[in-house]
Amino acid sequence: MAWNEPGNNGNDNDPWGGGGRKGPEQGPPDIDEVIRSLTKKLNGVFGGGARSGGGSSGPSGGFSGGLLAGLVVVAAVIWAFGGFYIVDQAERAVVLRFGKVLDTTVQPGLHWNPPMVDEVSLVNISELNAKTYDSNAMLTTDENIIDIEVTVQYRIEDPVKYVLAVQDPERSLDNAAESAIRHVVGGNFMDQILTTGRDRVADDVQQRLQDYMNNYNTGILVSQVNVVQAQPPQAVRPAFDDVIRAREDEQRAQNQAQQYSNQIIPEARGESQRQIEQANAYREEVIAEATGNASRFDQLLVEYQKAPEVTRQRLYIEAVEDVMTASTKIMIDVEGGNNMLYLPLDKIMEQNGSGLGGASSTQDLRALAEQLSPYMPSANNNSNSIDRSRVPTNTRGVR
Amino acid sequence: MRNFLLLGILVLAVTVASNSLFVVKQTERAVMLQFGEIVNADIEPGLHVKMPLVNTVRKFDARILTEDSPRQRYLTLEQKALEVDSYAKWRIVDVGQFYISTRGEIATAGRLLAQRINDGLRDQIGARNLQEVVAGERDQLMLDLTADLNENTAADIGIEVIDVRVKRIDLPDDVRSSVYDRMITERNREAQELRSRGEELAIGIRADADRQATIFRAEAYRDAEEIRGQGDAMAANIYAEAYQKDPEWFAFTRSINSYRQTFSNKGDVMLLDPESDYFKYLKDGDIAK
Repeated sequence: MAWNEPGNNGNDNDPWGGGGRKGPEQGPPDIDEVIRSLTKKLNGVFGGGARSGGGSSGPSGGFSGGLLAGLVVVAAVIWAFGGFYIVDQAERAVVLRFGKVLDTTVQPGLHWNPPMVDEVSLVNISELNAKTYDSNAMLTTDENIIDIEVTVQYRIEDPVKYVLAVQDPERSLDNAAESAIRHVVGGNFMDQILTTGRDRVADDVQQRLQDYMNNYNTGILVSQVNVVQAQPPQAVRPAFDDVIRAREDEQRAQNQAQQYSNQIIPEARGESQRQIEQANAYREEVIAEATGNASRFDQLLVEYQKAPEVTRQRLYIEAVEDVMTASTKIMIDVEGGNNMLYLPLDKIMEQNGSGLGGASSTQDLRALAEQLSPYMPSANNNSNSIDRSRVPTNTRGVR
Repeated sequence: MRNFLLLGILVLAVTVASNSLFVVKQTERAVMLQFGEIVNADIEPGLHVKMPLVNTVRKFDARILTEDSPRQRYLTLEQKALEVDSYAKWRIVDVGQFYISTRGEIATAGRLLAQRINDGLRDQIGARNLQEVVAGERDQLMLDLTADLNENTAADIGIEVIDVRVKRIDLPDDVRSSVYDRMITERNREAQELRSRGEELAIGIRADADRQATIFRAEAYRDAEEIRGQGDAMAANIYAEAYQKDPEWFAFTRSINSYRQTFSNKGDVMLLDPESDYFKYLKDGDIAK
């Protein structure tokens, strides 16, 4: 190992460096001044010996010894200052004394440990770190392939283990995570992972990963694992999307059928209601009609019984009169047997049909009557309301 | 001169100290050699003394180390190819043995281990089918492999294998594309099934709706006819009750009303015989007089 490892917080462990090399670099410009004054004081302490023996050596010799002592002191001071360090609230420090780990970790605050004797490693135990593992083409139990993206959140739970037990805890985590994810995915069916099983996959990965971390003594606590994304590979995604569409189609077909159902059933119900209402109306109608007719009949009957003959005659004639008034008439004397009467009934019907209800029909009839008049035995005697035509048989001639 | 002597002694002391004191860190294991011969095979962490020039100390990383094995192709029991990469977690347990068998080189030990893992994986995967490798016996495979490795590694190399894990188990590219094809056909099948089931249900729903509608109509017809029948029956009853008082008079009045109704249109053509009763007076004026 190197003496000056990165991360030991600037502590200078270089046994040969010390103040000797750093002094001139770090010291203020008037370091000579300081040294000289220190030397004087030191000379005062060791002075006796130095002066007593140094008659011949003179002031230059004394100065040289003082310089040496001064260098030692400066080195000591710098060494001492190098031992201070601050442990942040989020951190703990692991201390190795002559390579051997101390039992307790150092709590937050300002601390001093002797440089070169102690090696201090600061570890952040509070920060939650996150790593994302984007793994492609992973085999599932049913030999399908999926892509999955997982985030792992972790923090350092045991700084001593983290620093000492494993060569590279982060890389261990990476390896273990990749293995755990693939292991869990390999133990599940694709459909589970893609749909409902994501949470379970995450839980399983977390548990498995934590087991690995414990097994490797990394001191890492896996606090959360999330399956960010789980989807089929690009090459097969259209087919998967089509399944989603098919699911929608399935629903759509049902909805359309339901819509149809919602349309025709109420319509049928309404129609039924109408039929029943119509029937009810009919019933009331015929009953009312019957009642009315019966009442009319009853009342007329009473009068009829008072004067049967006259009433009967009157009613008959009135009725026939109405009938005659309303319809087209052709009077034929069919007394003889062998009649060869030509009557263009179809034409008459046609004319009447075309002029049905029209004012012209009477005119047409008149014209018709006139056409026929030569054959008529007698003149019209009452043509104001009824055209009475007598059509003779061609053989019989006029009566 | 005396000061230079002092300086010399100081330098010598530092040199001796630095060559005779050594630190074994918590993360390390060390062996002490005396002219190439191991005299202390396992030095505890801490500050120790050795004899300069006589003793040499070799220190090794005692932490758990990682050996990443490159991707290799293996065949399963049913001769399916798999591309597998793996990693192993291991550490030095017997420092002396480790030093002897590897000249103290971590990389050498890793290489030896990687070869053994490769062989072990080949055996383990070759004894299982794809399904077992991927899913069923993944843990067991790793446990077996770790146990197999540990039978020898401690004695041979002085290391202990803590765990061996496969990371990726992939199919070769050509196999993968046929897997994709299979996945696509599976999905197509599922999509078809969904669509057809939708149609099936839709037809059922429509048919059910039609049935309900038909029944509604039929029942309505039944009820309506029943109601009409009631009406007719009641009307018939009323008529009968009234008309029975004088059936002949009913026949007469009803008939003449019927004549009115029947011949109400100009389109109705009557061929009349002047002999009929109606024309009795028309024909013979004398009677009228």
